[in-house]
Amino acid sequence: MIRVDLHPTHTYGKFKLRPGKPLPFGATIVPGGVNFSIYSRHATSCELVLFEKHAPQPFAVIPFPDSFRIGNVFAMVVFDLDYENIEYGYRMDGPFNPKEGHRFDKTKILMDPYAKAIGGRDVWGVEPNWNDIYQHRARIFFDDFDWEDDHPLEIPIEDLIIYEMHVRGFTRHPSSGVKYPGTFAAIKEKIPYLKELGVNCVELMPIHEFDEFENSRISPVTGERLMNYWGYSNVGFFAPKAGYAASGKFGMQVDEFKALVKELHKNGIEVILDVVFNHTAEGNENGPYISYRGIDNKTYYLLTPDGYYYNFSGCGNTLNCNNPIVRNMILDCLRYWAAEYHVDGFRFDLASILGRDQNGAPMASPPLLEMLAFDPILGKCKLIAEAWDAGGLYQVGSFPAWGRWAEWNGKYRDDIRKFLKGDMGMVGAVAQRLQGSPDLYKWQNRGSTASINFITAHDGFTLMDLVSYNEKHNEANGEDNRDGCNDNYSWNCGVEGPTDDPEINRLRIKQIKNAVTMLLVSQGTPMILSGDEMGKTQWGNNNVYCQDNEISWLDWSLLEKNKEIFNFFKKMIAFRKAHPALRNCSHFQNRDYMGSGYADITWHGTQAWNADWSGTSRTLAFMLCGKHAKGGTARDNNIYVAMNMHWEPHTFELPKLPPGWLWYVAVNTDMLPPNDIWEVGKEKKLRDQSCFLVGPRSVIVLVGKEPQEKKIVSKGARKARKKQLSSVRSGKGSKTKVSKPKRKERK
Amino acid sequence: METKFSVTFNEGVAKIELSGRLDATNAPLLQEELKKLIGQDVKRLVFFAKDLEYISSAGLRVIIFAKQKIGVDAQVYLIGAQEEVLNVIKMSGLDNFMVISDSYDE
Repeated sequence: MIRVDLHPTHTYGKFKLRPGKPLPFGATIVPGGVNFSIYSRHATSCELVLFEKHAPQPFAVIPFPDSFRIGNVFAMVVFDLDYENIEYGYRMDGPFNPKEGHRFDKTKILMDPYAKAIGGRDVWGVEPNWNDIYQHRARIFFDDFDWEDDHPLEIPIEDLIIYEMHVRGFTRHPSSGVKYPGTFAAIKEKIPYLKELGVNCVELMPIHEFDEFENSRISPVTGERLMNYWGYSNVGFFAPKAGYAASGKFGMQVDEFKALVKELHKNGIEVILDVVFNHTAEGNENGPYISYRGIDNKTYYLLTPDGYYYNFSGCGNTLNCNNPIVRNMILDCLRYWAAEYHVDGFRFDLASILGRDQNGAPMASPPLLEMLAFDPILGKCKLIAEAWDAGGLYQVGSFPAWGRWAEWNGKYRDDIRKFLKGDMGMVGAVAQRLQGSPDLYKWQNRGSTASINFITAHDGFTLMDLVSYNEKHNEANGEDNRDGCNDNYSWNCGVEGPTDDPEINRLRIKQIKNAVTMLLVSQGTPMILSGDEMGKTQWGNNNVYCQDNEISWLDWSLLEKNKEIFNFFKKMIAFRKAHPALRNCSHFQNRDYMGSGYADITWHGTQAWNADWSGTSRTLAFMLCGKHAKGGTARDNNIYVAMNMHWEPHTFELPKLPPGWLWYVAVNTDMLPPNDIWEVGKEKKLRDQSCFLVGPRSVIVLVGKEPQEKKIVSKGARKARKKQLSSVRSGKGSKTKVSKPKRKERK
Repeated sequence: METKFSVTFNEGVAKIELSGRLDATNAPLLQEELKKLIGQDVKRLVFFAKDLEYISSAGLRVIIFAKQKIGVDAQVYLIGAQEEVLNVIKMSGLDNFMVISDSYDE
């Protein structure tokens, strides 16, 4: 059968055309040609501009005939295109009247907002030709990657351990030892490392196409070129950053990233993308024409009544997220990444902007957020909000969720930091944070899974810097140290920056261990900042967004230097994975609904059953009942955690276990390796089962183990067990004195 | 730099000699050639790539096509590929179903 609809009906010069299909938007390969479709409500005419790859001048400009426009969509099929070797753009005519919101300029070549691959910055850091009339060039890509049986992993969010990383920074440092430093391919090469560490999810800082040369300048302090290194500034939402792909120069970034996702999945590691829908790289009135501004400025941006750009993002413009057209673009984009790239979830940068209406006012039930929460294709994707924006909207605990959205818990970060540095009066707040912040989320029945717990993230100090600096040191950014957050709640342990003082360095390592222990015994989903596991420093810079150099790159030689820290992280992650009691999806009920004799969580202090909630307290302990693990559906040991953030040691009386049960030490951050942390199953039996001297600024974790159930064991083993039990009954252990800590900590 | 390729089929072994560039301009021709093998009892698909200088995504697609449409059970070999070509194949994750080696032993 001959299909008539595959044949040209029109010609323009040597090109054969026919009216296109309006959906889907973008460039779609159809039998014999390519279907180009683009929305503009206010354009009066539109031209398709075709280039050969990298060519300075187009080889064709094809106007859309009037009859090819349906509603506000220009759609055209062009036949016989060598689609692999072309780059396409549009030129749009229309009013230039900024007061009315229109900024059409028919001389500008505009990138398709739905471009699936984008050329122009093919290799990271290669200075572009600024005279090129088309800087970011839309390309056409075939979605035919062979996924075999790959499928998003759908790990329950409470079981995730997220590792936040920068694609380039992770392996760009020469010490990384990979074949293609700074690329997707290099992450693939480092998968064995991620597995050894034990994380099961990587959260990638923006990987959508951006321009590393945006706002590039020379640092007046270091003389180095500053780049848009982090990439929180989208050029295109549908295309992976070519410069992050070793194969970007071959135009294979799509496949390379898919290959990475597939390989991570094969190794049990999920992929979450940090997506930036709050603004674009076009900046304010003075910014460049890349795409949106010239296609339909009034649709894509939030504009003041005078036609200027609202700046809720802190980056010059604000995407008009609750305009139905933009809303659908965002939905199309996320669906595309979920379906075509198999990504497991999204973290939304400055997500509160997504809940503002077209005048910028926060909405009670933002349609975009609701749409994403209920979307069938995104149905199993993790949706994580950075629940604030640069316009002053702060929604931690109140982000509209529909039971689907989790939040970066900024309060967790701040409260744990204050407690860690020894602030008094924090135990009440810290108790909430450790439980998955029921004070923030329980009233909405959101469960502890609403809380993404973190102490450090890309914004702010690394963990090593958190314990090494009181103040930020961002001079290298060239903004007189004005940029970056001032509320760091950090403590340098006595000296600002690196020091030779062994006592201070020991305390810093201990504080790092304290932090990660608290993070990994907290209910909710923990997130680790890449590099913290090896003591990465940024020399006090808490905002390295522009530092494409050794300030921000991960120095892999630290792994050897700080193997004590790495070992601790690794074992602590294994501890969390081994204990379902730490990974509930609902909040505690503070009662014994399993008949175990213990409530699901109980609070303690230096006296068992009697936590010191006073305003001067710096000590807190809690016990989780193993029979209540995962709401009573899993079995676990009892877990006891004592935190002493005071600079003096304190003896903690331990809550009594059921008869026959024993306490074992899993973690004691006051001890030097190998006694700081014990492998799961090899914890050290506690001699004194009644109390524990917790060192100054130290955290201990104990597991209370039930005597092993009777099973057929060899005579020898039975004998040994008998002996063990009798020694406990006779109370031998409790006679042992607890030795005093030898060091004094400095305040 | 025209691509020349030749496809021969003998006793269950399909041998494909590649040279020059394999991209969108000539990949469809190769695909047409390979289509002739569909339905035959192909046990091995051997791509000889010593003289292949460049492979684009269209070229890679032909290899995927060959694997999927000609013989899911057929073993695919890539012989003597140059570093540049090999890197593209590895980075884009296609190396998982191919036997990559320097030389082919009958």
